[in-house]
Amino acid sequence: MTLWLMAGLLFTPLAWAVLTLLVDFRMGRAVTWLGILVQVLVSLGLWAAVASDGGFYYLLGGWQAPLGIELRVDGLAVTFVLLTALVAAACGWHASVYLDPGKSWHRYFWPLFWFLWAGLNVVWLGGDLFNLYVGLELISLAAVGLVALGGQAAALRAAIRYLMAALLGSLAYLLGVALIYGQFGTLSLADVTALLSDGTVAAGQTFPLVLMLFGLALKTALFPMHGWLPPAHGIAKSPVSALLSALVVKASFYIAARLWLDLGGHLGGYELAQLIGVLGGLAVIWGSWLAFRQTKLKQVVAYSSVAQIGYLFLLFPLTWGVTDAISLQAQQGITLQVISHALAKAAMFLAAGNLIMSVGSNRVDALAGVSRFLPFSLFSFGLAGVSLMGLPPTGGFAAKWLLLQASLASGQWWWLGVLLAGGLLSAAYVFRVYQASFIDNTDTDHFFHPPKSLEVIPLILALLSLGLGLVAEPVLSVMALPFEGSSR
Amino acid sequence: MTIHLLYAFAGVALCGIGLFGFIRLDHLLRKLMAFNLMGSGVFLVMVGLAQRGGQPDPVPQALVLTGIVVAVAATALAVVLIRRYYHLSGQITLAEPGREPVKKPAADAHREGPTE
Repeated sequence: MTLWLMAGLLFTPLAWAVLTLLVDFRMGRAVTWLGILVQVLVSLGLWAAVASDGGFYYLLGGWQAPLGIELRVDGLAVTFVLLTALVAAACGWHASVYLDPGKSWHRYFWPLFWFLWAGLNVVWLGGDLFNLYVGLELISLAAVGLVALGGQAAALRAAIRYLMAALLGSLAYLLGVALIYGQFGTLSLADVTALLSDGTVAAGQTFPLVLMLFGLALKTALFPMHGWLPPAHGIAKSPVSALLSALVVKASFYIAARLWLDLGGHLGGYELAQLIGVLGGLAVIWGSWLAFRQTKLKQVVAYSSVAQIGYLFLLFPLTWGVTDAISLQAQQGITLQVISHALAKAAMFLAAGNLIMSVGSNRVDALAGVSRFLPFSLFSFGLAGVSLMGLPPTGGFAAKWLLLQASLASGQWWWLGVLLAGGLLSAAYVFRVYQASFIDNTDTDHFFHPPKSLEVIPLILALLSLGLGLVAEPVLSVMALPFEGSSR
Repeated sequence: MTIHLLYAFAGVALCGIGLFGFIRLDHLLRKLMAFNLMGSGVFLVMVGLAQRGGQPDPVPQALVLTGIVVAVAATALAVVLIRRYYHLSGQITLAEPGREPVKKPAADAHREGPTE
């Protein structure tokens, strides 16, 4: 059973990537729909397996670590596998309508899409530091290819810039891995943690951890290393931007979070945790402010990603040196923030793509009058915005409420300012888009009307992100599924 | 100090040189070369640092092989992107057009090789 699930999660995306490489756009689309169905079913199957038997370690192909690939399947991994299946399915569906089959290079979207999905699953399930690196690289290379799909010089410039940042981040991470291996003689995150808590290896060597966190923060676009993100996410095709903002930046953050939760207690320190938290807080404020100042619609959404990513890094100070209850609260808050941002930002980028398609311009002030003729996309954009602002009952609200409680309980009241200012500033940039769209300068409908399915997908995602606050408990219960670790 | 540590230190030095080049150089191909130099440094650290007790450790060797494959793939992608970017814009740096004078005229760019 687990053999089929693992094969489904890791092997089919790679197989589909090769298959879609061989066929044209329309055929690739058909193959992809089948593949999405398989992925969704397998992800649900994995959830059922973990819910009934608990999490487990899985040796790929029966090869023992360290030369074999060891996978760690736990509640958090299942949460992210399910989230990936949901968001990637939505983006794949949107892309199959949105992309123009007449342009021959668009057929490369499908192989890159599947390589990306394979890499994401590798990262969620990876149990050792080196395989996480391979997964990260697979994601980065596929993501860079997707950004370059736009074809013009500006898209290529953004793609090369993204690639350079991603490569530097990967190397910093890999050097950290090399140093960890040199020190501990193992690559498995669980074994390193065990060695540290046994006290058999002297703790205190923070440098490898700092190096890895630096590399991952660069790939997650933490302030002030966010320069590559807005051009890349802003210029890519809308379904690509949605995938990149919703899932790709979360992969490197997920690894950083895992490293911090496992090793941070031994190798980290108060100053390091606070420094990362402060950078996250600055990202929230600076990113939101820049989002407010942008003149292009997708740049607004891209800078909003920089801001929302900033919240994630509050995990570091809120889980260091606090009680387990507070730490759990912070972890739940961050998980909800990841999920709600993934859903809301995917909805927002897809809706923005529809709006740009309708008005034929990517400028915010070109939206004038669109509210009367294209209410649906604008409505999805607004619903997603409500979740980013953190108003109840959205997922964004539940996440920020948990973070607020964790900040107060741990006595770190200064993060309240970040949470409040971030909410107000995101309200400002969302309302600015609305203000532009409600200006009524015309009575005639001169807008292009995108197909209905393009409008439905962002609406579904936005509604899910809105409803997440109401079902936060069941969603978090997936993350809290017990871990057996017996089959090791 | 053992010979293995010497390898590791040489790797760190290579990393440093590569990082310097990666940050300071503007020409995209030079940046890419600097990235490869950094990558070699990391691999040297990986192999050198892990050989404790005089016995070669097979795990880092396997990791470095995988790492080389990843680095080759990344380099290939970067070279393709840079080449296409050069054909389209005539530029060899990431400077925004208008901010810095274009170093080579675009017409020259098309003679450089077959266009896709």
